[in-house]
Amino acid sequence: MKIAIPVDEKTLESNVCVSFGRTPYFLIYDVETKESIFIDNSAAASTGGAGIKAAQTIVDNKANALLTPRLGENAANVLKPAEIKIYKTTTASVKDNIDDFIAGKLPLLDKFHAGFHGHGGN
Amino acid sequence: MPDFMDTGAINMRIAVLSGKGGTGKTLVSVNLAAAAKASTYIDCDVEEPNGHLFFKPEEVQEKVISVKIPKVDHELCNGCRKCVDFCKFNALAYIKNKLIIFDDVCHSCGGCILVCPQKALTEKEKVIGKVQKGASEQVAIYTGILNTGEATGIPIIKKLLEENSEVNKQTFIDCPPGSACIVMESIKDADYCILVAEPTLFGVHDLNMVYELVKLFNKPFGVVLNKCLEGENLAEKFCVEKNIKILGQIPFDNELGTLNSNAEIAVHKNEKYRELFSALLNTVTKEVQHETTTNP
Repeated sequence: MKIAIPVDEKTLESNVCVSFGRTPYFLIYDVETKESIFIDNSAAASTGGAGIKAAQTIVDNKANALLTPRLGENAANVLKPAEIKIYKTTTASVKDNIDDFIAGKLPLLDKFHAGFHGHGGN
Repeated sequence: MPDFMDTGAINMRIAVLSGKGGTGKTLVSVNLAAAAKASTYIDCDVEEPNGHLFFKPEEVQEKVISVKIPKVDHELCNGCRKCVDFCKFNALAYIKNKLIIFDDVCHSCGGCILVCPQKALTEKEKVIGKVQKGASEQVAIYTGILNTGEATGIPIIKKLLEENSEVNKQTFIDCPPGSACIVMESIKDADYCILVAEPTLFGVHDLNMVYELVKLFNKPFGVVLNKCLEGENLAEKFCVEKNIKILGQIPFDNELGTLNSNAEIAVHKNEKYRELFSALLNTVTKEVQHETTTNP
């Protein structure tokens, strides 16, 4: 099983990024093999719709679950039909969240914020 | 005849703008339109139009405004993702062999339809708001209303400005706040820009934003200093330093504030303000005349 996490730096010691759509990197972590791959988030510099594009990246990298502190409704609408489970991170540390996920301690994220739709960016 | 009575002589489109909301754009444009009597007032602040609250227009006619957005024929789509990659606003995603279109994110550029090799994408209409046309005495009132959550009000502003090209000689355009695309669209065809400024440090910052914008658009312009108090006026200082024409000053006055908060037009209710805005209209008209003779 592969999980995706938005991260500030390309290391397992990193913190979880507070933004999903505009995170600089994603960690794709394989729970079975413990293999970790860091990918650049090409959506980070988008004019708009960053959450949609970032979610497409998560789907294309065949993650089964996403661990994130928050998520916009558009991104959620991409991930849901792809049947990707969305969990809410509870601490800053990437490592702790992976451990908590494996231990089944992370709650599902079920509240999604409204999109910004260009406000403040136009 | 005092020369401010002679203001109907030339065609002029005056845009009223400011760096932020609440500075006095509507106060200035509504009262100038009222002072000009036979005139046109256009509310381009489509996210929150409020000029109609003052004019209370009658015989209002409405027109719905739509934009074109893509719809997909899933049978024809082969999943090449050219549209997904093309869209700069990321309004499309391709998930589990199915194209998803985010209507609210789409900016109606039509690019996805052009790049689709399968002709799987076609246009459909999407309503984003409306324009209203009414009258209040001799003033023609146009109001643009953008539905909440829509990406941009530009199609509504375009419609507003093309609708009323010839009705009255004097047109006052009440712009949206700020200096973004929608403001650029609102001032694009204006003959002259009035920048409304507050006397504070923040006011100067916001004034500078619209000052940079009108310079970029090469528009003739002047400043109206609003909410003026005794003592130092930082916006005035800014104008003096930059050699910007000050068209007039409006005091920070309880009486005016009360009239305004009761949605009354000051020009109709108070002799002092009738004179103030008539004088301002006269000054602006002279400026426009001067511009058309020196830069025809």
